[in-house]
Amino acid sequence: MSEVWIGVCNEADLVIGAGVCALLEADGKTEQVALFRETPDGPVYAISNHDPIGNANVLSRGIIGSLGSRIVVASPLYKQHFCLESGQCLEDEKASVKAWQVRIARGQVQLKTA
Amino acid sequence: MSADMGEQIFSEGVKQKVIVVGNGMVGHRFIEYLLAHERASEFEITTFSDEPRLAYDRVHLSAYFTGSTAADLALTTRERYREQGVNFILNDKVVAIDKVKKTVTTQSGRIEAWDKLVLATGSYPFVPPIPGNDREHCLVYRTIDDLGRIKVSGAQSKVGVVVGGGLLGLEAANALKGMGLETHVVEFAPKLMAVQLDDGGSKLLRRKIEALGVKVHTGKNTKEIVDGTTCRYKMNFADGTSLETDMILFSAGIRPQDELARKNDIALGARGGIEINDNCRTSEKDIYAIGECAVWNGQVFGLVAPGYQMAKVAVAQVTGGNDQFTGADMSTKLKLLGIDVASVGDSIARTPGARCYYYNDDFAEVYKCLVVSNDGKKLLGAVMVGDVEDYGNFQQLMLNQIDLPENPQAMILPGIEGGKPAIGVDALPDAAQICSCYAVTKGSICALVNDGKSLGDIKAQTKASTGCGGCAVLLKQVVNAELAKLGVEVNNYLCEHFKYTRRELADLIRVKKIRTFAALLAEHGSGHGCDICKPAVGSILASFWNDYVLQPDHVGLQDSNDAFLGNLQKDGTYSVVPRIAGGEITPDKLIVLGQVAKKYELYTKITGGQRVDLFGARIDQLPAIWKELVDAGFETGHAYGKAVRTVKSCVGSTWCRYGVDDSVGFAIEIEERYKGLRSPHKLKFAVSGCTRECAEAQSKDVGIIATETGWSLYVCGNGGMRPRHADLLATSLDRETLVRFVDRFLMFYCRTADRLQRTSVWLENMEGGIEYLKQVVVDDKLGLGEELEAAMANVVATYQCEWKTTIENPEQVKRFRQYINSDKTDTSLAYVIERGQRRPATREEREAGKAVELISVKEHST
Repeated sequence: MSEVWIGVCNEADLVIGAGVCALLEADGKTEQVALFRETPDGPVYAISNHDPIGNANVLSRGIIGSLGSRIVVASPLYKQHFCLESGQCLEDEKASVKAWQVRIARGQVQLKTA
Repeated sequence: MSADMGEQIFSEGVKQKVIVVGNGMVGHRFIEYLLAHERASEFEITTFSDEPRLAYDRVHLSAYFTGSTAADLALTTRERYREQGVNFILNDKVVAIDKVKKTVTTQSGRIEAWDKLVLATGSYPFVPPIPGNDREHCLVYRTIDDLGRIKVSGAQSKVGVVVGGGLLGLEAANALKGMGLETHVVEFAPKLMAVQLDDGGSKLLRRKIEALGVKVHTGKNTKEIVDGTTCRYKMNFADGTSLETDMILFSAGIRPQDELARKNDIALGARGGIEINDNCRTSEKDIYAIGECAVWNGQVFGLVAPGYQMAKVAVAQVTGGNDQFTGADMSTKLKLLGIDVASVGDSIARTPGARCYYYNDDFAEVYKCLVVSNDGKKLLGAVMVGDVEDYGNFQQLMLNQIDLPENPQAMILPGIEGGKPAIGVDALPDAAQICSCYAVTKGSICALVNDGKSLGDIKAQTKASTGCGGCAVLLKQVVNAELAKLGVEVNNYLCEHFKYTRRELADLIRVKKIRTFAALLAEHGSGHGCDICKPAVGSILASFWNDYVLQPDHVGLQDSNDAFLGNLQKDGTYSVVPRIAGGEITPDKLIVLGQVAKKYELYTKITGGQRVDLFGARIDQLPAIWKELVDAGFETGHAYGKAVRTVKSCVGSTWCRYGVDDSVGFAIEIEERYKGLRSPHKLKFAVSGCTRECAEAQSKDVGIIATETGWSLYVCGNGGMRPRHADLLATSLDRETLVRFVDRFLMFYCRTADRLQRTSVWLENMEGGIEYLKQVVVDDKLGLGEELEAAMANVVATYQCEWKTTIENPEQVKRFRQYINSDKTDTSLAYVIERGQRRPATREEREAGKAVELISVKEHST
């Protein structure tokens, strides 16, 4: 099976040290994706923008950082931490959000959708 | 079991009558203990006082001269006593006791029956038998009425003398000095505080007091008080010298008030005082004596803590228990004329064979002396002047007879790294009394820690360290030690990325002039940072350097509220709060707010801070909304920031019939000055135009109230979850001085508070409390005044309206798009109409299809 990568924005659109929200249209569905990059050359992370605990589309507006070895974002609503690599909530094992693999190709930020 | 026990008959329905003669601190404490007892309902309490008011705090009497009122000093109120069912008769002295009929008779002829009689008549000031001591301006220092007389006399005097260089005498000297008099202390003994201090301590105390401008005369025996030539009176001393003065305060010790016992054949001690046994009982069955009127084992206790212990014992006896009074520790720690002084145990080495260690530093003006047993193993006593931090430790070492560490002299040497042996609180037995004012033991504190209570909870519940405060340091040590035992790591590090407290980080940033989070993390931290340290550091950077908070270096540090300059609501939209300084707004501007709210269909509500809050703005609408507001002359209100929010005001003298000064004008001036100052937590101010206090300034971080003599400045009040009445910092201020004090206060708070610590909690955790804060802000004891004012001046000079800067910068505006790759808006938002405005739809309403879509809003968003 072949991989499917969909471009969502340009690398330059990202805000270093914070998050932005992009609209991903794939398989006839649209989803809000929160994109994060800590440093100009660092990895780009992509998780769902929807906070399942606060039930609102806000995760891209959270503060990013590290807890132990994990890179996380803190929800701006009630401050739970979500792992940027796995989407898992650190405070509530039943809560998790979708996480995408990300690559940069020719200055474009692409998500793996299949 | 007490001997009385078997004879006590508690018949149902008939209450035992308990009469407390004297409603001073100890008498009142007896009543409190009895009311709190599980058998309280079996007793009817009646108390008599010959003063016109109920119990008040005599320990802090001198506060009466620095703005406190009789109400501030009161320990209870008439309403409270009535609610508690306590009968009280004021202004009527008990003059006779009928031991057979079990009644008392008052001066006015009132007769009351008792089953148990408690004498808590206190003491009276000793006035030496000097001819002329009854002249008009010869006064004593004991009651609130005495203070009233001192104020009246002080107002007609230029020079004042206190006779007595002991503890109370120096308190009285402080009062005279506070009234602006040329102040002298005349002491019979060759040194000050001869009972508590050794020669070295006394010498330093004298030097410090003289440096304050108080003249000290020791070894003076006053022969007579006669008419003066330059002043009202002249005191002639036995050595042939003399001193002219306009008024004289006698404060040469106390004598037990035992007149009632004496007249009614109740046994007295050899040198006066009502004799009591270990049960606090007098020679008569069912008659007890407690406090300074009592003599136990030949000793009168002139401090409040032993009186409280007696009150506890007497309550136990009255209620059928059997507590014993076994003497009391007379250690004291206090501030005299602003100088820290403490004495512990046998401070003047009276014990045979005692040996001493001394430490004296003439530069820092610190003196310490340790008195140890002949074998050097136990601490017998200590003296401290200028630095009393170790008071609690030394007191416990002495009381519990704990073995001293090797080289005990190191305990009084200055804190050279690693040099000071720790005095483990672990060594203290559970029975060790940590707080003697409220009789709180180490065991009871540890039990509460084990129940999961915090230091604040423990203070609130047990009142430990809230009396004289002498045990504050020790209490903290006990709590921390117990937490450590439970495996709770005790540190105040900000988070896992910085091994520093917020205060330490603030110092590092300020002193090393660090301007970005990245630089701070590289030099002093580890990891990537997190949602704890990033906003905290962002706030510190803003407090000191005041850069634009959304510039690339800082944007990632801000909480969502700050990052988008609005208050995030539950559905992910924001609220918009423009500044309305002082709550004053023109009709035209009010119309603009209405028009903007209408156009964007924003839910509109008036805030508690006299502003207008517009809810439901989508992130992508914020720049357009703010452009309209900025164009109409509005500025950001910083409602989203841990920053100065509003200055609430009443309408003041410009309109109000009762207004004393222009509260609105001053509120606007204050708000314009401090608007947007980033701080450890949000800051709310208020200005009232008279003491009716319609702006509720005493519940604010900074409260300003107009009085006939100028502005009063209150600080560290709070409403909300933990209401706290603000403390009076200074009175009779002009505007400029007040602004200077507020500059200093706010910057000191920004520098030293913990993360998200409101001013109220900051003050409660501050060692020395409001008195210390006064020294820093008003007296400029740390010499920081100018520096703090300059730092504030920099913040004021670099103010910018963040919304104006943002909408003028296209790169910033880009950040407010909902999607980085689309102009679409968030279609998941849904609302219902309620009372004519929209609110977020609940999940059930959404599912039932009741939500309305805001079509008009979409049209404006491009």
